[in-house]
Amino acid sequence: MSAFRVEHATRSSRIGVALIAVTLIVLALAPFWGDRQTLRLLAEIFTFVALASLWNLLAGYAGLVSVGQQAFVGLGGYLLFALVIVAGVHPIAAILIAGPVAAVIAIPVAALTFRLRGAYFAIGTWVVAEVFRLIASQISALGGGSGISLPAAIVVAMAPSRQVREFETYWLALVLTVAMLAAIVALLRSRHGLALTAIRDNEVAAQSSGIDVTRIKFIVYVLTGFGTAMIGALIFLMKLRISPDTAFSVNDWTAFVIFITVIGGVGRIEGPIIGTIVFFVLRQALADLGSLYLLMMGAVAIVVMLWAPKGLWGLIADRFGWQALPLQRHLVLAPKEETGKKA
Amino acid sequence: MTEWLNVILQGVLIGGLYAMFAAGLSLIFGVMRLVNIAHGDLIVLAAYVALMVTQTLGLDPLTSLLLVVPIMALIGYVLQRLLLNRTLGDDLLPPLLVTFGLSIIIQNGLLELFTADSRKLQAGPIEIQTFQVMQGVWVGALPLIQFVVAVAVIAGLQVLFYRTALGRAFRATSDDQSVAQLMGLDTRHVFAMAMALSLAVIAIAGVFLAVRANFDPAIGPARLIFGFEAVIIGGLGSMWGTLAGGVILGVSQAIGAQIDPGWQVLAGHIVFLVILAIRPQGLFPKVSG
Repeated sequence: MSAFRVEHATRSSRIGVALIAVTLIVLALAPFWGDRQTLRLLAEIFTFVALASLWNLLAGYAGLVSVGQQAFVGLGGYLLFALVIVAGVHPIAAILIAGPVAAVIAIPVAALTFRLRGAYFAIGTWVVAEVFRLIASQISALGGGSGISLPAAIVVAMAPSRQVREFETYWLALVLTVAMLAAIVALLRSRHGLALTAIRDNEVAAQSSGIDVTRIKFIVYVLTGFGTAMIGALIFLMKLRISPDTAFSVNDWTAFVIFITVIGGVGRIEGPIIGTIVFFVLRQALADLGSLYLLMMGAVAIVVMLWAPKGLWGLIADRFGWQALPLQRHLVLAPKEETGKKA
Repeated sequence: MTEWLNVILQGVLIGGLYAMFAAGLSLIFGVMRLVNIAHGDLIVLAAYVALMVTQTLGLDPLTSLLLVVPIMALIGYVLQRLLLNRTLGDDLLPPLLVTFGLSIIIQNGLLELFTADSRKLQAGPIEIQTFQVMQGVWVGALPLIQFVVAVAVIAGLQVLFYRTALGRAFRATSDDQSVAQLMGLDTRHVFAMAMALSLAVIAIAGVFLAVRANFDPAIGPARLIFGFEAVIIGGLGSMWGTLAGGVILGVSQAIGAQIDPGWQVLAGHIVFLVILAIRPQGLFPKVSG
């Protein structure tokens, strides 16, 4: 009877996956071809790809437009410093612990902020981030308002030499980012991913098809808190210093991340990656302009939002029908003689 | 005892300022379901406009309102007509992202023009005038004027909403945009008028903010948050509710600051979160948002 099966892959996604595999091998070998500066820049790019992809999952798919994700970046950073300095945990273990702890904290945060609808939810998440920032500046064991550096002894103990430590941090950033992206792709290809895509396209229709919209949104919020905090911990392991203002900065961890996602394409997995590349090219080219650069980023994001709301990748995907990763579902009709049993 | 009375009274008076932050926000949400993330930055913009007006024309801050209010209202009308009307629709993302972009543009534009230095508007001898209300309890003339103006602004908005043709247009568009359009209302113009009115209120709030304390280009987002908290505490869609919300927020912050200066803003946030937890519709709700 069921003479068809569901396929994700298309010709463009097969080429896309092959290209991504090659890129990943080149990036994994970066310590052998890149200098210290290049490695740092690449690691920073990875963290922004991860943050933007997580925000994209939250806002682009689940419709939860948060302007308070800096709450989880900062939380992850502070958990790292607390675990390392106060509890004596190894920094890499601390990054892994930061995720689940942040997820537990995300549960009551979601319970509170979900009482606000739409745009008010956005500002509610911002208030939570402000509360976290103000609490962090009251913790004197972690430097209070002026912040704290990771003690040199701990940094030195991480690896036998500075070069090895930098390689380790680079690979950690690459592995963590790839793991985040893989988890997001796996989620979107799953049953829940189909529900999320339905919510993205039309929330009311999704609800009437029997999807428990609130529950899925809740799960996505907690999961992005988990991932964002781990990336936050990684970011501050690379910076080696934390303060409430840098950890909970709305500009660095939310404004940039939103601009990246909007410019690349909201609601598409490829969008944040394209957006991050554009963002860093612009930053390298215009960094001397200081605050004018930020002003231009704001203007570019507004222009893209109004005249190309699907972002750069949206323009490409609509024009050529491309997808870089096998996410969309296609029905493939099987030949008559095969009794197709796959669903 | 009188020490605490003083603290609470100061909190109430500052609450008037927060109510003005909130009224502008609540007004445009009511009419077009738009939450303006750049609201706080527009308040700061108004403060800088007032700074330029007072410096170039030698006016005192309160008189400068005669110019600052129409300038801001015009900015609001043009902003809505040219930019924000394009963002309205079923999708939540465009208005949020565009006003977020606007917020970054205003902050960095002001930083470029005026540097990060703190400024303040000088109001002259009135700044230090005080009255004794009762034994040991004092009220500053300026905070009192600010509170009276806030009450007048909110009463004025209430009258405008329920007694004038423009208010009728606002309410009609708020209830059902397409029917309002069928009845011959140009909703693009109605929305632009609402934004103009919101920015007129912002102008008054901005001038009082600038007289009361130092300001710099980065303080906008915190004003947005205070206004937002006052709206939610008071209840969506209720003008008098925003006044109550502003006063509750002001008093919470004043009490927090009295306990420990580091707790001023945090105390306000905590009261907001507690009210959100136990009474999410706010204290005096009118419309379900």
